[in-house]
Amino acid sequence: MSTPTSTRLAVEDLHVRFDSDDGTVLAVNGVSFDVGEGEVLALVGESGCGKSMTAMALMGLLPPTATRSGSIRLAGRELTGLRQREMRELRGREISMIFQEPMTSLNPVYTVGYLVAEVLRRHEGLSRRAAKERAVELLELVRIPAPRQRVDEYPHQMSGGMRQRVMIAMAVACNPKVLLADEPTTALDVTIQAQILDIMRDLREKLGTSVVIITHDLGVVADIADRVVVMYAGHVVETGVVDDVFARPQHPYTIGLLGSVPRPDLAPTSASDRLTEIPGIVPTLRQPPHECVFAPRCPRADDECRRDMPALVETAPGQRAACVHPGPVPERAGAAS
Amino acid sequence: MTVAPTMAPPAPTAVTSRGRMRRRFRRRPLAVIGLCGVVLVVLVALLAPWIAPYDASASDYSAVLKPPGTGGHLLGTDDVGRDLLSRLMVGTRASLTAGVLSTFLALVIAVPVGMAAGYYRGAIDAVVSRVTDVVLSFPFLILAVGLAAILGPSLINATIALAVSQIPMFVRIARGEVLGLREQEYVQASIVNGAPSRTILRRHLLPNILNPLIVQTTVAIPGAIIGAAVLSFLGLGVQPPTPAWGTMLSDAQQYIGSAPWFATFPGVAIAITTLSFNLFGDGLRDVLDVRMGS
Amino acid sequence: MTESPAARSSGEPILEIRDLVKHFDVPRSRGGGVVHAVDGVDLTIRAGEVVGLVGESGSGKSTIGKCVVRLLEPTRGSITLHGRDVTHLPQGKLRPLRRQVHMVFQDPYSSLNPRMQVEQIVAEPLRMHRIASGLAARTRVREMLERVGLSAEVARRYPHELSGGQRQRVGLARSLVLEPSLLVADEPVSALDVSVQASIINLVLDLQRDMGFSCLFIAHDLATVQFLCNRVAVMYLGRIVEEGTRDQLFDAPRHPYTQSLLSAVPLPDPVKQRDRHRVVLAGDVPSPVHPPSGCRFHTRCPAAELPLCREQDPVLVDHRSDGHRSACLLVREDGSAPDITDITREGRARVHHQA
Repeated sequence: MSTPTSTRLAVEDLHVRFDSDDGTVLAVNGVSFDVGEGEVLALVGESGCGKSMTAMALMGLLPPTATRSGSIRLAGRELTGLRQREMRELRGREISMIFQEPMTSLNPVYTVGYLVAEVLRRHEGLSRRAAKERAVELLELVRIPAPRQRVDEYPHQMSGGMRQRVMIAMAVACNPKVLLADEPTTALDVTIQAQILDIMRDLREKLGTSVVIITHDLGVVADIADRVVVMYAGHVVETGVVDDVFARPQHPYTIGLLGSVPRPDLAPTSASDRLTEIPGIVPTLRQPPHECVFAPRCPRADDECRRDMPALVETAPGQRAACVHPGPVPERAGAAS
Repeated sequence: MTVAPTMAPPAPTAVTSRGRMRRRFRRRPLAVIGLCGVVLVVLVALLAPWIAPYDASASDYSAVLKPPGTGGHLLGTDDVGRDLLSRLMVGTRASLTAGVLSTFLALVIAVPVGMAAGYYRGAIDAVVSRVTDVVLSFPFLILAVGLAAILGPSLINATIALAVSQIPMFVRIARGEVLGLREQEYVQASIVNGAPSRTILRRHLLPNILNPLIVQTTVAIPGAIIGAAVLSFLGLGVQPPTPAWGTMLSDAQQYIGSAPWFATFPGVAIAITTLSFNLFGDGLRDVLDVRMGS
Repeated sequence: MTESPAARSSGEPILEIRDLVKHFDVPRSRGGGVVHAVDGVDLTIRAGEVVGLVGESGSGKSTIGKCVVRLLEPTRGSITLHGRDVTHLPQGKLRPLRRQVHMVFQDPYSSLNPRMQVEQIVAEPLRMHRIASGLAARTRVREMLERVGLSAEVARRYPHELSGGQRQRVGLARSLVLEPSLLVADEPVSALDVSVQASIINLVLDLQRDMGFSCLFIAHDLATVQFLCNRVAVMYLGRIVEEGTRDQLFDAPRHPYTQSLLSAVPLPDPVKQRDRHRVVLAGDVPSPVHPPSGCRFHTRCPAAELPLCREQDPVLVDHRSDGHRSACLLVREDGSAPDITDITREGRARVHHQA
């Protein structure tokens, strides 16, 4: 994939494994992708696909029971070998993250101004007053009304949407190169979600931040992402530019996902239409697969698929899929018609 | 607003199968040791009269305060020549009766009361909560000693006193758990099914509050055993010549310098018993219902 | 399969809600006051209809669902089920009527008793109403499980052995085993993965066609509602702001809130999404403890005309007598409504054009 802009984040062959009382779980298996400058990359998948674990691995926030391997390069710098102390310097400054639950992600005993300012003081050594000024500016940047008053408010005095904005303000305070957003709007109402996505788009334009957004909502992906990485059972099963992936999905899982969402904008609202179902459930991998991970649920699976997990290869210009029978279903005109 | 999965390492589901629990338990050596200790103590209590080498009440004035290992007395003898090992073994009965029985008595009374308070709220809850708060303001041992003194010295009264002192703690737990669970959707579904309150309490709530109660029980029993020892130490428990560890400690006080083993062994017995229950309880807590993120 | 009762095909009203009000007291420790969860709602559901109730948090839609099944007792107003007023019936008198109404819940992880086997869970309604027990109950349970797409062997399993989708199917089986005439579905798919949602939605569709029950489908996801429902009602802060057939509402939404809601939902189509004129509302949903004066939506409405919208509280009006009702003072007599994508307001709403 050739991009004219430089690569901000390059992940190669990332593996994350958990060893627990109940056995081993292979949460992330050989995931590779890169994110360019100012680009928005969406990591899409359902629960258990490993997308959140990937983000935690990038931030170095995996629990002690996890083992990580592979390469993570942030603006050329390798992160995997770094010690905790060095990682802490980077977190919040070069790479930051916002989480799904705005209700519990903010420390309730501090004012929002303090929380934002603290990031600035820690990473940029600003004085208390300068940090507070900058905090007000940041609150304004994320469109919190009356920022000078609200800077002294506590999280519990704010709504979910406002808290999410505070989180965003904290995350972009030091103008990081990469912002990871783990299901940032899932817990929010749809009109609030629209506001947050709007803010994120704005920030990307103003600050040039690269964003990796993790979500299961295909509408959000279509709204804000430039490129898409589809994950299943810890593997990357499809990547490509967002328009291509939605119009000509290559992997049967992606096709299934796109077909499973009701589409009010499409076809006549005939009651005879049914949504695409994907039978079965997402597996929890306990050992490396010796067949395509999606084969048990795939309508196209045959013996060739059960020989080995297919590699991610280019199956259409600019699009890659890990499938030996890739390509849109012939009868369907794809997701957009 | 979708409820998406939380971020945590793949954790066991909220209710684990028996096999899984057993496996996890086995991987905790301390817990297994605790379980062995508990089993040992219970067996000794059950079989004491038959496995004790001597009659625990038979005094032998020719063998007073003999050190351990002499004259066929493995642990020595006490101040009237009774075999310590036999007395310890038979004494297990008193300790376990007062200790364990009192806890179960407390459960039988406290759980229905606590559940009713948590489920029906209103006047019942107001009364129960206030009474519990008042009783809980007394330290456990002081309450037990006070009650036992009022009731008079005997094993039964000691057991009752200990039971009453443990009731408030269990009421709190039962009430708290029910307060949380009654908002669960399966309780609501049961109401929509047309189930009357008593069915909901019995079939839906009670089975689901068992786990925290079990865990609390394994913590309460050691406390009760120590409480029983204290009571018999003060002469408020079983009366002589029935052996009890606390009484033995009390008798041994004046001989600490001359015959230290007399005091040591009952102390060790108490320590081992409570430690075993504690270790077992810890293991049980780890193994039952692992919550995500805890 | 039993014969559907005559009422199911006659279009008789199964459920009639009139001026429903439900208020909750806020404890003094949290500031006191009253939450106006539902503040005057009328709704009718006829036999065989699937009615969608849409809204965001604080709209009161879940509260209505709970009032219909009498998990909550209304503060004022009336709920009539099959002609009988159940609003304030004591739980004892309510029990026989519970055969006709049941509910599917949102969270598959808390809607099934973790200590009961699937068979016992699904059989409970049969036992509570003394319809069947023992072998007869088991047979009916297995039939029901098959109907919801679960194999008979699932009957002996415990909920923790099942996936989210399977649990939700068990929930459906439980709620339909008595073949009620009304099913209240409170966000039944929100907590499931996307691909699983599809199978449950398909299942609800199939069961409804098969069994003919009426359904009050409560959801925040407009796309699902549009797929499943015959009629839709949109709620905001305890009131219905617009109501109509599915096509009326989605093709020609009148109320500015309905339009905003439709505008805010991103389409899973990047090309279309980019070309859309999206309206992003400013501000948060007001607190239901202190709803705004006049029209409750006026604080965020891109089309609001002050002081009119701040002072007058609109009622639902059926402008063209075609069943399409909206509660907006700016909707004209012929039913034409302000198009909020054409309106730009400084500091109130942002119209987002993307090239």
